[in-house]
Order: sequence, then structure tokens, then C-alpha cells
Amino acid sequence: MAASETQTPATPANAAATSSARARAADFIVKRHYLQWWEALPWVLIIAAYFIFPDRMTFGTQVLIGIMFALSLDLILGYAGIVTLGHALFFGIGAYTVALLTARWGWGEPISSMLIAIVLSAVAGLITGWFLLRYRGLTLLMLTLAAAILVQEAGNYRSDITGGYDGVPGMEIGKLFGIFENDLYGRNYYIYVGVLLFIVWYVLRRIVYSPYGAALTGIRENVRRMYAIGSPVHRRLVTAYTIAAGIAGMAGALFAQSTAYATLGVFDFDNSAKVMVMLILGGTGRLYGAFIGATVYLVLEDDLSKLSPTFWQFGIGLLLVLTVLFARRGLLGLIEDALKYIRRGAKS
Amino acid sequence: MTAALQVEKLNRSFGALPVTRDVDLTLERGARHALIGPNGAGKTTLVNLITGVLKPHSGRVLLNGQDITSTSQTERARRGLARTFQINQLFRGLTVLENIVMAIGERDGENNNLWRPAGAKPSVIEEALDHLESLRLVDDALKLIRELPYGRQRLVEIAIALAQKPRVLLLDEPAAGVPSSESHLILDVVAALDPDIAVLIIEHDMDVVFRFAKEITVLVQGAVFTHGTPEQIMKDEQVRAVYLGEEGHKAGERSHG
Amino acid sequence: MSASAIVSILFDGLAYAMVLFIISVGLSITMGLMGFVNLAHGAFAMAGGYLVVTLTRSWGVPFLPSLLIAGVVVGAASIPFERLLYSRLYKATELDQVLLTIGLAFMAIASYTYFYGPAPLTVPLPSFLTGQIDIGVRTVPTYRAFTIVVGAVLIALLWYGFERTNIGAKIRAAVDNRRMAQSVGINVDRLFTLTFALGSGLAAFGGGLAIQTFGLTPSFAVLYLVFFLIIVSVGGLGSLKGTLIASILLGVFDIGGKYLYSDAGGFFIYVFTVLVLLIKPAGLYGRE
Repeated sequence: MAASETQTPATPANAAATSSARARAADFIVKRHYLQWWEALPWVLIIAAYFIFPDRMTFGTQVLIGIMFALSLDLILGYAGIVTLGHALFFGIGAYTVALLTARWGWGEPISSMLIAIVLSAVAGLITGWFLLRYRGLTLLMLTLAAAILVQEAGNYRSDITGGYDGVPGMEIGKLFGIFENDLYGRNYYIYVGVLLFIVWYVLRRIVYSPYGAALTGIRENVRRMYAIGSPVHRRLVTAYTIAAGIAGMAGALFAQSTAYATLGVFDFDNSAKVMVMLILGGTGRLYGAFIGATVYLVLEDDLSKLSPTFWQFGIGLLLVLTVLFARRGLLGLIEDALKYIRRGAKS
Repeated sequence: MTAALQVEKLNRSFGALPVTRDVDLTLERGARHALIGPNGAGKTTLVNLITGVLKPHSGRVLLNGQDITSTSQTERARRGLARTFQINQLFRGLTVLENIVMAIGERDGENNNLWRPAGAKPSVIEEALDHLESLRLVDDALKLIRELPYGRQRLVEIAIALAQKPRVLLLDEPAAGVPSSESHLILDVVAALDPDIAVLIIEHDMDVVFRFAKEITVLVQGAVFTHGTPEQIMKDEQVRAVYLGEEGHKAGERSHG
Repeated sequence: MSASAIVSILFDGLAYAMVLFIISVGLSITMGLMGFVNLAHGAFAMAGGYLVVTLTRSWGVPFLPSLLIAGVVVGAASIPFERLLYSRLYKATELDQVLLTIGLAFMAIASYTYFYGPAPLTVPLPSFLTGQIDIGVRTVPTYRAFTIVVGAVLIALLWYGFERTNIGAKIRAAVDNRRMAQSVGINVDRLFTLTFALGSGLAAFGGGLAIQTFGLTPSFAVLYLVFFLIIVSVGGLGSLKGTLIASILLGVFDIGGKYLYSDAGGFFIYVFTVLVLLIKPAGLYGRE
């Protein structure tokens, strides 16, 4: 039997080699979460947009809200690998919390309403997640879809309260900190939502780089192995789902506040599909895919769907098909591949 | 002294087909116990029943004297039961080091932490590297699992189970799929396992079985056919007829002269 | 609730259910056979509907032959889709299948909107299908009775095909245990192409029937998709019986619900779906 390459005798030279390999490996893990320079790019662009496109800030605010919504989905879909068809449920709960607080109970203070909206959506996420995340596949798709439709139907039933598909009447959003209100160009709200998005991004980034975040990836990559090493899989998934629901609710609340409008359409399957498309286009499981995907999707939608809604719908369908077949890791994946290609070219 | 693992009259059927029939098995602390039998005998099913992947229709499983028959797979792993799978179940998109850190993280509760960066606890990383070093995998620490040759991956499969610091270790055909030029890597590791751990190994290779096992259980069609020391099994005419055949006989004679 | 009302609900519910069944049965069998989540199934039904409209209105083909032609044409046309697109994703994740087929559905809706316009279209029915017919207890719209009859005939044909023919046995075996079916020499890929074509053809046929029952707009592909999905998940993938029972339950519940609680009517189906799936995640007649 030939000597294997790993049966190296323990000499001082080998001990040194091993310890340097150890140091390298430890170094990699320790430094994994350090901020890379390009992670500042999204923020540079977001701030730049304020100065470059001052009269598109209303739209800009909606893009930021879309990014937030997509980020919330990335946690459960991109990191934990949970596929649902009802994520709009939490967006809707957030939107309606804000809407009903002001329209029915005269509470228009934006920050506290938003916080209440986050709590309610998170609770909804906790409850639905606890029951539904025991299931997978078609069953989970149908249960989450049905849950969103049920809430929508309930809202329709009591359209006396909710205003049904026409929207909640009499929404009056208060001034931020008692001073700033949403001006015609939406500049104040852009800053407000931008700051909140920064906080969400920071929190999510910490979560995905934490040991818990690693466990979520483990669940996505090989749930059988996770059970075998004693991971409380269901509990981990429900936690992620609750956090994601809270963030989605936050996005919904900001949507209602920035547009002073909320209709039952927020619960539509269309909305759940839209945020999924945004995330897939950008790239799942990397956080920044949400930034790219939401921006590209919403900008294209804003420009193209005004020209022809039919062509827009066809285009999105086609884009989706092409992405699944050829660019599975989304735009972010394409950028990564391009950079790898360039780097290889630069070496030779 | 309480046995590390005790299986009592375990029964399980798939529809009308019984796959595990009244199986009894005992692993004392430090056991080196082999489970052999023809294909389809139900060996992996038994491991699945012990680890909690499947629920038995009747019978009990006791871990260190505690009845775990109705506890979940997760809970059993937390109480010190680890296993490897017949086909590697690793995190293929992660590095070798991250695979081990995952097991340690679940074991010591680190994975409940949502806030601290994953690399911030040096003791976890050091422990993971210690495990890798004892299996001579340090040089591969930063390689992705899918980049490793299958034999090395199989080592990681064992490393992950060991990182759980188990009291009972179930190895399902650890050398399966490994090219013969690399199988000694696996066998060396199995031979060097901590003497305190109770080990059950499913194996087909009789060389391995006779070298490693102090006790052998023969499973045929879901039931315990016989059980005893390697010498007894080797001399047993019925076992030979049912399973061992000439090959096994020769292997037995080689190991025990 | 009067006896007459009950009869109405049952009858209308059954008629509704038959159309749903004809469209959904193909989805159930293909999902059960290949595990492929096909959210574009509604688009095939819609294609059938629009083809029937074109055949009857522009080419003067009578209604009944149009239904058959639409079924055959769409069934045949679905084969290149299956061979070139769907087959690439059999081993892919469910998410990928969902996204691909949603994308196809969007493309279909946009295309039909472009060619036919967004307004609802109707189809000229032969005179013997219009009006009312006396079924003894009361008079009912003839078309609905027709749907029930067509449904019953199809159920009989499908049952015979599944239970009594060689092909049917192969399909049932492959649904039951694909790997084992392959190991005994059944060409599962070819079987799937055949089943997919059959399912899409049936969907198109049902789509043609549905014009009168549900109306036809380009949104048909996604509007009723939820119902088809509910039927196949509640009934159980790959089960003829399950699809039939789920269709009947859905039809009767929906009609009944709307009759009794007009506003909250839609509620019931979704509650029912959730309850069934929580207790039997694989559906009433599904395999675990």
C-alpha cells in the first residue's frame, strides 16, 4: 500500500505548516463579516440619487420601500430557503395597521404607528410561521397563499371598516417629529425611509453573519444534517419568519404613510409574486440582490409599464423565464461572474 | 452500569411490510459493535429508528438509561447521539471548517446568537481546527466540500459527528463509496475513536468488521439473526450460509489466525 | 333553506365542479407524476378558450367540434413546451419551477391581451345548449346540465383509461414510485410527455367549456389558478378520485357559500383548504 499524502510524520516543519494553515483558516472565519469597500456603493447611490434626481423622490421612496420588502423576503427565501406565496400578507398588515390607526382612531403619528405595525406583523409572522412552517413544498405554498387570501377576504367582508378595494378613506398621516411632512416632491420621506432602510440593512447584515445566520444557511443547504446535529430547525425558521414579517410590515407601513393610501390590493398574490420576482432578478441570499433587483424592477416598471402595460407584463415574464434558465443567481450573480472573468483576464 | 444505548423489541413496518422485527441491541460504554447483514436487511432503517428519523410502532430506545422513544431527532442529538449517513450529508457550498463550526455551534448554543459575528468566539474556531487537525484535514479547512475528493468528504462526515462530542456514535457504512486507495484514511480514524464513545458501525467489508468489532449483531430481514463475538460469528455455520460466504470466512481467518 | 335551494346549489355546484375538474385533472396527474409545480396550467386552459372563440367566431366551426379541436391542438402544442422548457427543470428546485411557470403565465396573459384585447369574450352556443331544461324537480340552464353530462362522460373515460389500460397502469405505477417504475423498464420521460399533452389538452377542452361558465379574459390564466391549485392540493396529487372530490367540494362550497353569505362566500373555500392541508398535508387522497 502506497503511503498516503496525509500520513505525514510529525516533524517541526510540519507542525509549523499546520499551525500556519490553522492561522489562515481561523483568519478567514474571523474576518468574514468585515465590511467590504463595495458594500458602501448602494448607500453612495442612494444618497447621490437625492441630489441627482430631486424631482423623482416620491418614486425614489417607493424604490427604497421595495428594497426593504425584498430584503425581508431574502431572509426567509434566500437564506433560510423557505418558499412561500403569501409574503404580501405581512406587508398588508403593516399598511393596514397604519391606515386604520389614523382613519379609525385618529392616530396619525408616523413613527409610533410604524412601530405598532412592525409589532403586529411580527406577531402575525410568529403565529402563522409556528403553524405553517411544519410543512414544505406545495402544501406550504398553498397554506401561505390561502392565509393571505383569507385576510384579504376578511377585509373585503368588513369593507365598512377597511374601505375594501377602494382604499381606506380619511387617512391623514401626521408630521414626522411634529415638524416634517411629506412634501410634494417626497424629499423628507426619502430621507426618513432611507434612514430606516439603513437600520434594517444593518440589523439584517448582523443577523446573516451571526452563528444563527450560519444555521439558517445550514437549514437551507441540508436540513437533514441540521436535524442530525441537534438543530432546533422549526424554532430557527419561525424566528426568521417573524423577523422577516416584521420588516415586511415596516415596508407596508411606510408604503401607507408615504402614499397616504391603502387598499386590499396590498394583499394580492400579485404583490407576493412581485417581491419574489424582484429578489430573484437581483439575486437571492446575498442581501445586495434585494437592492439591485428592487431598483431595476421598479425603475423598469415605472418607465415601461406607462408605455404599454401589456409589453411590460410580457417583458417581465420573459425576463423571469430567462433568469431561471440562464442567470439563476440573478444580476448580482452576473456581475460576480463578469468580475471573475475580468480578473482572470487581467492575470493572463 | 447503564448501557450507553439500549434498543428493546423495536418494531416498524412500511404498510404491510415489516422492516424491523423485535430488534434488541445493547451498546455498553466504549462499545465497538458492528451491525451486519445482507442488503435490505433493515440496517439503515434501524439506525433511523434509533436516531429518531423514523418512529417505531412498538418497542423502546434508551440513551444512557433515559427513554428517548418519543423524543425528537433534534433532542436525541442534543443528548449525545450522533450519526453519519450512508451518503454524505454535508453542507456542500460551505467550507470544511464551516461545516465543523456548524456542529459545534449547535452543540454549545452559539447558533442561538443572532447578533455576534460568527467568527467572534475564538474557542469555537480553535476547537473546530483541533477536530480537523486530528483528522489531518487542516490543509483542506478553507476548501468547499464540493471541491474535495469523495474520500476526504467522508472524513468530514465523521468529523461533523465527532464535533457533536457524542456519547453514542452510529456510523452508517463509513467507507462506502470511498475508492480503495483512500479507504484506509477512514479506517484509521475509526480505529482511533475515543475509547469512551459507544460506537455502532454498519459495514459490509468483513476486513473492517473483524478488525474493529468486539461484538457483532447480524440482521436478516429486519430481525436479529444472531449476535456474539467475532469468533463466534465467524464459526457460526448458519451465518456463513446466510451471509458471509467464502469471502467472509477467509477474512475471518486472516484476522484471527 | 328550501329543498329547491338545496337542489340549485348542488346542481350549480356540480356543474361548476365539472368544469374545474376537467381543467384540474391534468394538473393533478402531471404534478403527481413528475412533482413539477406548473403554475402555467391555467394558461393552457385559457389558450383552449381563445382557440374555441376563434374557431367558432372567425372560422364558423360549430361549438362542440371546436371544443374537441381545441383540446387536440393545445395538447399537441404543449409537447414542444414540455420537451424544450419544462424538462430542463424536472430536477430543479420547486422555487425555480414556480418562477419559470409564473413567467410563462405572464407571457401568455400579455400575448392574449395583445391579440384579443382585455375585454371578456363570449362564444356562440348551438341552440340546443341555450335555454332551460326540465330535470324533474325544477328547470335548470341547459348548458349546466350539458357540463355535468360532459364531465360524467370524461370521468368514465378517464377512469377506464387509468384503471383498465396498460398506459394507465404505467402512469399509476410511476406516480406511486417513479424510481421503481423506471427500474422495471417504464420510460417515465415519454410517459410524462404523453401525460402532459393529455393534461394540457383536457385543460384546453375545459377552458372552452369554461367560457360560458366563468367568462373569458386574458387574466383567466391566473384568476382561476388558485382554484386549480386548491383542487390538486386538497385532492391529492396524482389521484383521479381526489381531484374529483375536491372539485365537487370546491364547486358546491363556493356556490353554496355565495348563496348563503353573499359577501363572505368566498371565505369558505380557503378556510376549508387550510383545514384540510393542516391535517392531511398531502391532500385527501395524496401520498405522504
